[in-house]
This record gives sequence, structure tokens and C-alpha cells, in this order.
Amino acid sequence: MSRLPKIRFGIVVFPGANCDHDAYYAAKNIFHQDAEFLWHKDTDLKNSDVIILPGGFSYGDYLRTGAIARFSPIMNEVIKFAHSGGTVIGICNGFQVLCESGLLPGVLLRNSSLLFSCKHVYIRVEHSHSRFTQECSVGEVLRIPIAHGEGNYFAEPETIRSLEENKQIVFRYCDEYGNVTAESNPNGSINNIAGIMNAAGNVMGLMPHPERASDEALGSVDGKKIFESIIKNFVLQTV
Amino acid sequence: MNSKTEPTVNLELALHHGLTKEEYEKILSILKRTPTFTELGIYSVMWSEHCSYKNSIALLKTLPRSGKRLLVGAGEENAGLVDIGDGLAVAFKIESHNHPSAVEPYQGAATGVGGIMRDIFTMGARPIAALNSLRFGNLDNNQTKHLLKGVVKGIGDYGNSFGVPTVAGEVYFEDCYQTNPLVNAMAIGIVEHRHVASAIAKGDGNIVMIVGAATGKDGIHGATFASEEISEASEAKRPSVQVGDPFTEKLLLEATLETIRAGLIVGIQDMGAAGITCSSTEMSAKGNSGMMLNLDHVPVREENMSAYEIMLSESQERMLIVAEPKNENAIKEIFKKWDLNCVTIGNVTNDDRVKVFYNGELKADVPAETCVLGGGAPVYYRETKKPAYLEQTQKYDLSKIPEPENLTAVIYKLLQSSNIASKRWVYEQYDSMVRTNTVLSPGSDAAVVRIKKSEKLLASKTDCNGRYVYLNPKKGTMIAVAESARNVVCTGGKPIAITNCLNFGNPYKPEIYWQFKEAIEGMKEACLAFDTPVTGGNVSFYNESPNFAVYPTPTIGMLGIIEDKKFVTSADFKQHGDQILLLGENRGDISGSEFLSVEHGIVAGDAPYFNLNREVILQQCTLELIQKGLVCSAHDVSDGGIVVSLIECSLLSKKKFGFNVTFNTTDIPLYKVLFGEEQSRIVISAKEENVQNIFSLCAQYQLPVSAIGFVTNDGTMKINNHIEISMEKASVLYFHSLERKISS
Repeated sequence: MSRLPKIRFGIVVFPGANCDHDAYYAAKNIFHQDAEFLWHKDTDLKNSDVIILPGGFSYGDYLRTGAIARFSPIMNEVIKFAHSGGTVIGICNGFQVLCESGLLPGVLLRNSSLLFSCKHVYIRVEHSHSRFTQECSVGEVLRIPIAHGEGNYFAEPETIRSLEENKQIVFRYCDEYGNVTAESNPNGSINNIAGIMNAAGNVMGLMPHPERASDEALGSVDGKKIFESIIKNFVLQTV
Repeated sequence: MNSKTEPTVNLELALHHGLTKEEYEKILSILKRTPTFTELGIYSVMWSEHCSYKNSIALLKTLPRSGKRLLVGAGEENAGLVDIGDGLAVAFKIESHNHPSAVEPYQGAATGVGGIMRDIFTMGARPIAALNSLRFGNLDNNQTKHLLKGVVKGIGDYGNSFGVPTVAGEVYFEDCYQTNPLVNAMAIGIVEHRHVASAIAKGDGNIVMIVGAATGKDGIHGATFASEEISEASEAKRPSVQVGDPFTEKLLLEATLETIRAGLIVGIQDMGAAGITCSSTEMSAKGNSGMMLNLDHVPVREENMSAYEIMLSESQERMLIVAEPKNENAIKEIFKKWDLNCVTIGNVTNDDRVKVFYNGELKADVPAETCVLGGGAPVYYRETKKPAYLEQTQKYDLSKIPEPENLTAVIYKLLQSSNIASKRWVYEQYDSMVRTNTVLSPGSDAAVVRIKKSEKLLASKTDCNGRYVYLNPKKGTMIAVAESARNVVCTGGKPIAITNCLNFGNPYKPEIYWQFKEAIEGMKEACLAFDTPVTGGNVSFYNESPNFAVYPTPTIGMLGIIEDKKFVTSADFKQHGDQILLLGENRGDISGSEFLSVEHGIVAGDAPYFNLNREVILQQCTLELIQKGLVCSAHDVSDGGIVVSLIECSLLSKKKFGFNVTFNTTDIPLYKVLFGEEQSRIVISAKEENVQNIFSLCAQYQLPVSAIGFVTNDGTMKINNHIEISMEKASVLYFHSLERKISS
């Protein structure tokens, strides 16, 4: 195992990011990979293999969430990286930034309750053919926390249809048995969407925080499978 | 020195600033002349109750304030600092933001969080956890709903964006807080000993820099506003409330810690109450130095601000830094990286005076020492008188209370009580997990966060049952200390120190001051018994509505250490078949109970039974039981009595375990057993094979222990074979009542 190449995770640090250290800690201390912080004013991705846009409040998010972040110097590079097929994962605020920057379709609106919500939720794995879920099985239920005020995924009906048809919906909110119900939808997202990927399958955004569910010490480890999928996929490609 | 446009300073203006005649005369004798308008402003805020502690400091000094772990004494720095080994220290403090929250709940609460965070990181510590303690009026009242929603959103929005998990707290609803809610915010931070910063100005010629947000006209005289009673006129004081910007605070945090860790500063203090005035005079007084400030350089938000306004502004997210001139550019580089202002506005002098220049004029020239607490600020001993109401409440004949006919119905009613029902609606609005350290989150007895650089974990809790303190200020305060310590013990922690937030009415009323004095006595005794010295905190007087004062509410913020993660214990039942034991004993004392309040609308009797020695024994024994690995779950018995504790152990369990328990009712009627709130009790569950060892250890401690039943998995909770509580119904009532009341 130690002979296998390490992945280098590049974690973008917007000034208001606050889950940057959590993603870094998970990558480095839990999954024993390399990790680098990428400062928002820089343009160097430092040879990262995978880019993480972490949770937080990128530039305060007093305007729409992520609306200013897309204009940062580092995001120009992230967009180029994504267009050339690089793996990008946006968590929570990172998902919002991906939508704002056009790497993913749709938008994340205020939660239907109009309240910030931090709790563990259940999500169902919709596809295991992606590089983000290959370690999961279809229909598998993961227990992962959310913590957001604007996670209500919305897109035009046509976009939703195409996401469904192209199997780009990666996770849906569900109950603990995997039933996708209105009660298990914590924010009003269309079709209980919790995470989607782009058509090429190299960019994923999700509202739940897998990095908060990767550590035995915190009593919740279902998020590990997402990181392990990414790592294994990368290793298989390079070996 | 007076500009022509400024008001003439005289006694009348001084009185209008909240100073007394004697205080004004004292200023005249210090300065040996009439103060300028700016100087009057400086003295009025520095000698306000909020900054000077003039009516409380003499009594506060009687509290135990030393211990081998304490790295700074109470009140010496912006927060208490406690050694936890491994070269690490914990900075922690609690502070009130009651009055701002009463008139502007969202911003009032938000800036309360911001202020306490700055107190932590100005010491070089990175905040790792936030807690709070909230009091509101009756939830049937629409104004209460408005205040609750605003305060919770304010705390959430600020803490969530700032990126510190809000991990624990408490919320109570009582009529006495109707127009004067209490909003107490606490923060905990971690710092390596070598990076601790001090709020000091020293070194002749060193530069003084202002960093962070620009200075505006918000919050002027906030400290003075905090030092008077809430009235109808308070609404007009809304401009005294500051406006928070958590994003800027996040930048300020990172820039400040980077600067401190690079060893670039001599001293630093945050700007909260009384803004530049407080930071410049306090830092100077601490370093026996003076300071020359040129306000022309202060970044301002609007044109034509006067020296008075700049000195008194309480604009948030600012810090004052003292540094050697050679480090000026390096500091500016760091703040530039974080897109924050960083401007040199003066220098340290070798005299003892703070001199303020503006537009080429000397606007103020005051000896720093005369402004500050511990220096020239007034110290008063107020008159005390035992309140008349205590006569009534204490002689109330509780034997008149009829035995309830339907105990099950009472239990369901208690579970719906706003004071007992789960506060999930509140704490789910707080990010309790950011920074991935939260091991036990809200809903537990105490919050537990790990420290990534250490094997140790921190347990913390805020606590105060104001009703108990109202019924018996001394005993009630002892109970507040005891319960917060007990909560920490239940999670496997050893209590090590406290911070306090003393919310009382108008200290000039002898009855109020009696409550205050008694509370301090109780706190002193309890803190000595638990060996938890007071590391600092905050006093908030004048918490009154036109007709009455709030319950005396000395909120305790308890800090504990858990030596190893294997000791972490939660309240929920773990396994079907486990034995349920009661540590301590039932006495059936319903005085001051939630049962009396909910079922009979009565707040009467003494505070419930409490014996400090028994409590110490209970806590020591429980901790040893936990550390020996004999305990599966531990939950303290408090509001609502033992029945509520048991139900919580079930409802919090992941697999919804029930229980079957039997209480001895030979001497005490069952309803008193179930609802009595006598102190010093903990419900634990344990593997059957460990029960004998538990009994032996309790015997060594001479702690009463009884096996009361076992954990079940049939979806019911049974008591004495004839009371059966439905898990489903209890769950709905417990978890959804608060939400239902708020949205009705």
C-alpha cells in the first residue's frame, strides 16, 4: 500500500473558507495523502491531482453564496483544470461556487425553512460508476452531516431532466432506509438532490460534508467512501 | 482645547452621560480643570458599570481566583488562561450582550459572539468552541418569539460564518425575562504557551496601530447603554447597538494570529466596549506607559466624525496593536494579505498619559491609570437588604400541593415545557461540527471537543437555573456551579475552572445587591469545594423591566479536561439489558421544581435540597467509575426530576431503547420521587457484570447507590409497573414542542 502513489489534494482557501482545515486534515491525517492549500489570490495549483473547494463563506457571502468567489484568480485556474478533465469536488460552499462558476448547472437557494440547518442526514448513492462513488454500491445509504443555510438545489425543468437522464445526480436525501421522501429532504431541493456531477463526470458538488464523516473519533465515518473512491480511482489510473 | 462646536462641559452634561455628581467632581480633581468634551466621554464610558465594575469588583475579589493551572489572574487579561499540559493553554470567557439584544436581537446577539471571540484570539488563542446561555420571556408571547428567532439567527450567522462550532448552551423561558432577555456568549480557544499575547503597551517610542474594520458611528455609548435599565426609551438607543461582520472578523482572526505567531507584537487588545478609549487606556495603564494618538489617521467610515465619536465608537472587528517600529512593515504585509486596514496612529510614551490629537488640536489628555478598573475608576460597596419576596416564597406550604391524579399526563406535560423540551430547533441553526473536533455535540450533558495536538479533550457547559437563585441566591448559585461541574463529570471530564456571567438587576436597589452578594458567597464556597477557580467573566447589572428585575442569573461557564478519549461518556442508553443505577439518593424535594411551575403555576419554596459535600463525593466517585470503564452512559438529574432524565437517556439513544424502573415509595410518594429536583444525582447505565464493582466503589466513597431497573427494547418506558410512557409520543413531544410553539 505504501508503494502506491499519493494523491495531491489542492484545497482552495477563500478568505472566508472555514472547512479548509477540515478537508486538509482529512486528506493528510486520515487518508494519508498529500495536501496543499491554494490561496485565492494565487494562480498556481501546485501540481494538485484533485481540487477541493471547501465549505465556508468564501467572501462573506453577503451577496449570493459563491457569487464573488468565481471571479478570484485561483478559480480561473480551477476552471481550466476542470475543463481539461481534472477532478474537482465542491463541498457545501464549494458546491455553490461550482454552480456560480458554471462548472455545474443550477443554483442553490435558501433552505425552504429559511433557517440554517446543521445535522446528520441520510443520502442515497444513485450511481456507483463515478470516480466519486466507485467504492459505494447503488442504493447504499450514507449518514453524513449537513451545515448550510442555502442548500436548496434548483434548476430549470429541462436541466433537471437532463441531469436525471444522463445519470448526473450522484446523491439524494433519503430516510435511513433509503426511501426518498419529502420528510427526509432537509432543504427543499428539487428531487431531493444532494449532489450532482457534470456530464464529463470529473466535477462533483454536494451539500453534505464527507470530511466531517471520515473520522472514527467523531463517531461518523460514512464520508470516507467518497474520499476512498477518489483515491482508488486515481491510483488505478496511474498504476 | 475645546472646539467651538462641542457642547459646554458642566455637571449637567456629566449627569446626562450617566456619571454621578461625585464622579464628576473626581474627574475635576484628577485633571485639575474642566474636562474637554472628549475627556468627559472617555471617563463616562470607562467609569460606566460595564467597563469599571465599580459596583461589583470589591465582591468579585472575594472569589477564589488562583490555582496551579491558572496562567493569568482573573481580570488581568481579556480572558482567563488555563494550563492543560503539553505546552498548551486554554483561553476562555463568557460575556453578556443583554441590552443590545433586547432592542436589536439579531445584531445584539451576533456582536455578542464577535466580541467574545476577539477576547479569545487577542490572547493569541484560536477559538475552537462557542457556547451560550439564553433567557427569554414566555414563549406564548409574540415578542418572545421575535427575540428568540433574532437572537438564535444572530448567534448562528456570526458563529457559522466565522467558522467556530457552537457546541453547547442552555435556554430558559420565564416571565421575568420578558422585556430584558439574557444573551450570554462564551468562547474557548487553544494557544501554545509560547504564543500567548498580552494586552499591554510598553516601550517608549513603540508604535500603536489600529487594524481591522474602519471606525464608524455605530455603538457610540454602548457601554453606557449597557449600564442602565431597559425602558420604553430604550428603543431610541438602537443606534447604541453595534453591527457585526463575521467575514471581517474571520480575516481579523487569521491576520491577528499570524502576526502574533510571527512574534511581531509587544501587546494587543481587541476593541469592544468603549472602543479605542478602552483599549488605549487599559493597555497603557497595564504597562505603566502613556500613549500619543493621532485620530486623523484612524480609518473611518464617514466624513466629519468628531474626536469624541472616534474615541467612543464601538465599531466591531478592530484591534489595537503595540509593536516595535522595525516590525511595522511586516505587520502591514500580513494585514494587506488579508485585505484589512492596518494603520499606525500613534506611539507609546514614557509618561502615564493618554493624549489624543485630532485636526491638529489636543482633544484629550488623561492619566491612563485614572480611567481604568483597578486604578482610578470608582469602587463602591452598596447597601444590602434581604428582599421581602423571600419571606413569601420560603414559607410557602408545599404540603398543600395535591398529588396528581394522572402521573402519565403530568409527565407528557413536562416534556412539552419549553424549559424541558429539546432545544433542537435552536441548536440545529448553529454549525456545531466545523473544524471537525466535536465529539459530543449539543443535547449532551456537556459538549466535548478534542484537541488535535493532544490526547486530551475539553468538556464544557454553561449552566444556571435562575429560579433556584431567585428562591435562594446563595444556594441557587452553588447549585449552578455544582450542576455545570456535574455535567462535565458525566461526560468523563474533570472540572478545572470557571468563567462567570453575573446577570442581575439594578445594584443601587439594596434587595438586588443582597442577591448579588449572596450569589458571590455561594459561588465562592462551591468553587473552593470543586477546586474550580474563577478565571474571569463579566457582570451585567440593570437587567430590569419597568416593573421587575430578572431572576438573579449568575451563569457559570465550566471547563473540564478529559484525559483520554476512552473516558468520553454520553447520556444515551447503549444496550438492551444494561442495568440502570442511581448515584445519589431521591428525597422528593419539589421546591422550585419545573413540576410546580408547569402543573401548578407556582414558583415557591426554597431552592431544592443541596449538600456541597455530597455533591463533591458524587462527582469524584462518578469520575472514577467512568475512568475505570464501568459506566455505559451517564446523565445528571436536573430540571423536571429523575423521570425526565430517564426519558432523555432513552430518547437520545440511537436505537430508541426504553427502560423499566421501580422506585421505593415507602417514605416518599411516587410523584415527588419522579419530579423532585433535589441535587447530587446521576443516572448511569452499566453492564450487569460491572454492577458489583460499582457498588463497591460507591461504598468506598460512602455514596448512596441503588439499582433502579434496566434498559429495554420494547419501545416503552415503564415505571413501578403501572406507568407506561409511549416512546413515540414522548419523542414527538420532547423534540417538536419548542418548534411548534415558535411557529404557532
